[in-house]
Amino acid sequence: MTTATKTIRLALVAGVALAFGAGAVQAETLRLLTWGGYAPDAVVKMFKAETGIDVEVTKSNNEEMIAKLRATGGGGFDLAQPSQDRVTGAQSEHNIYKPIDLSKIDSAKFITSMLEATKGNTTLDGKVYGVPHIWGTSGLVLDRSKAGSVKDYTDLCGDAVKGKVSYRLKRPTLIGFAFAMGMDPFAAYGDKAKYQEVMNKVEAKLIDCKANVKAYWTGGDALLNLLRSGEVVAAMAWDTGGWKLNKDNANITFVAPKSGALGWIDTFALPRKTKAEDAAYKWINFVMQPKIAAMITASAGNFTASKGADAFAEDALKKRFQDSFPQEAIDNIKWYPPVPAGLEDIEGKVLDRVKAAK
Amino acid sequence: MKKRLGFYLLLAPLLLWLFGLIIVPHIDMFFLSLQEKLGPGDYQTSLANYAAFFNEPLYWNTFARTAIMSILATMITLLIAFPVSYYIAKLAQGRIRAVLFTLCLLPFWVSELVRTFGWMILLRETGVLSHLLQWTGLAGQPVEMLYNDATIMVGLVYTSMLFMVVPLVTTLDSLDNAHVEAGYDLGGNGWSVLREIVIPHAMPGIVSGSIVVFMLCLGNYLTPILLGGKSSLWFTEQIYDQFITRFNWEQGSAFGFLLLILSSAIVWTGLRLTGQNLSSTMGDGGER
Repeated sequence: MTTATKTIRLALVAGVALAFGAGAVQAETLRLLTWGGYAPDAVVKMFKAETGIDVEVTKSNNEEMIAKLRATGGGGFDLAQPSQDRVTGAQSEHNIYKPIDLSKIDSAKFITSMLEATKGNTTLDGKVYGVPHIWGTSGLVLDRSKAGSVKDYTDLCGDAVKGKVSYRLKRPTLIGFAFAMGMDPFAAYGDKAKYQEVMNKVEAKLIDCKANVKAYWTGGDALLNLLRSGEVVAAMAWDTGGWKLNKDNANITFVAPKSGALGWIDTFALPRKTKAEDAAYKWINFVMQPKIAAMITASAGNFTASKGADAFAEDALKKRFQDSFPQEAIDNIKWYPPVPAGLEDIEGKVLDRVKAAK
Repeated sequence: MKKRLGFYLLLAPLLLWLFGLIIVPHIDMFFLSLQEKLGPGDYQTSLANYAAFFNEPLYWNTFARTAIMSILATMITLLIAFPVSYYIAKLAQGRIRAVLFTLCLLPFWVSELVRTFGWMILLRETGVLSHLLQWTGLAGQPVEMLYNDATIMVGLVYTSMLFMVVPLVTTLDSLDNAHVEAGYDLGGNGWSVLREIVIPHAMPGIVSGSIVVFMLCLGNYLTPILLGGKSSLWFTEQIYDQFITRFNWEQGSAFGFLLLILSSAIVWTGLRLTGQNLSSTMGDGGER
């Protein structure tokens, strides 16, 4: 037997052995459940070059992430990125996550205040389930030349923008309108009866407002098209959407509403049946390096919780951020507290009735 | 003995498929639908999820709306598809026939999503049709043709056309031309020949086409959502919402079952009213 054939045979045997000892093979792939733009190809390639680990990216959103992980009891993915307010509720109800081993996280790379706040918000029974990655806000995206009158969510129901308004039929809209109507839905989180009362008022307002709405948007791209074509001049949307449009049309941008933009932080959370825990920690520590974090900011459009990444961020994006957020608007951001289990049922019924109203 | 073994072996993939992918998940879903959620992680067996459907007018109305619009879409599809099929089966000759048939098939070479987006580009306020109307002076300002029930109907009919044309062409093809001639010889006119000879002969095709189209419309998700906009209200959307955005799989399963039961009931009623039965429409068509 020549050495060449011997090597081949050895490799074959090794291959078969590895295939049966599944764990070892799969550890070389990290199955990441995340949002669009959070794992750009360039970063995935750099990670592969440094660690030899392939990253398999699945793009999703908060609801789908929970639904997918619930379907498998926390399997099928090695690392997920739900928003911080949706972690403990889902965990207590469906038990889909695994506590994070904070000793494996390089906490010096995180902005301290954000790390502490996220740890606090994702703690259940004394265990931490999430660390922060990317943060941003939702508020108003306006064509300032045509919708100058819109200062807050409730102004979307004004006659000035009749038929040229779009928002989502999802929970951020309910929360935003509640704030704009002078109520504090977050303060009512702990009291179901009180929350129901708040939501009933929002429901009446939204039904009243329905004639003003062109369409309830469902996908980010569909909304951008509506705004770009001028069919919609005022919308409730994410900050990045506004900034993206601002590149092509200086009139359109993101505006923080008077009652406060709604702030979210997307986290890293470990699915309960993760098969590549080490790779997941490696990925977290890799993407939190300031330079890599800046690359992700460029692709996702939102800033990260990485300490020092601002220095590498694109100037144009920083400028847009400063335009949309004067200091008092930053101080006025309403950060989502964790959603207690059960509130989604109340919101669901409200959204159904708004959708059904004539 | 050997013959039997072969029969069972050939049957095995079908049985596996039916059992593993349809029957087992449905049983699982059925048990899930009987779970009433009392609190986080706390369930009890009851019919509450089914009761919710009948007690909340919203769900009930959404289903009725979906069913009525699907029936309407089926009828419109039949009205448009019948002359087309008759032309392809009886009047067109040779290559024209193949070309016409291919033309019906052509839109189905792209995915449903792309077809629906095509309609959106045509009908939106800044879309092709709106511009055309303004250019010809028929409209003074941009016209919004999306986001209403008529648009949903257009989308549904367009999506299901092929599934009506194919069974109709096959049944009409088997109609002997001599029967039509005999009808005229015996003093019939166009209308009575159509009513007494062509339609009765095509009945199995009409019924099977209608069942397929009705089920497709009822189970359609993309078309009503994308074209219907803010008031689309389709029952499949309710099911999706319950499963994905409300995390209420128990309610979603109950809705899924209700859709199955109620749509079967509607098909059964339809068969009863037209005096047909499943074996004559799906089988070899008896006398042919």
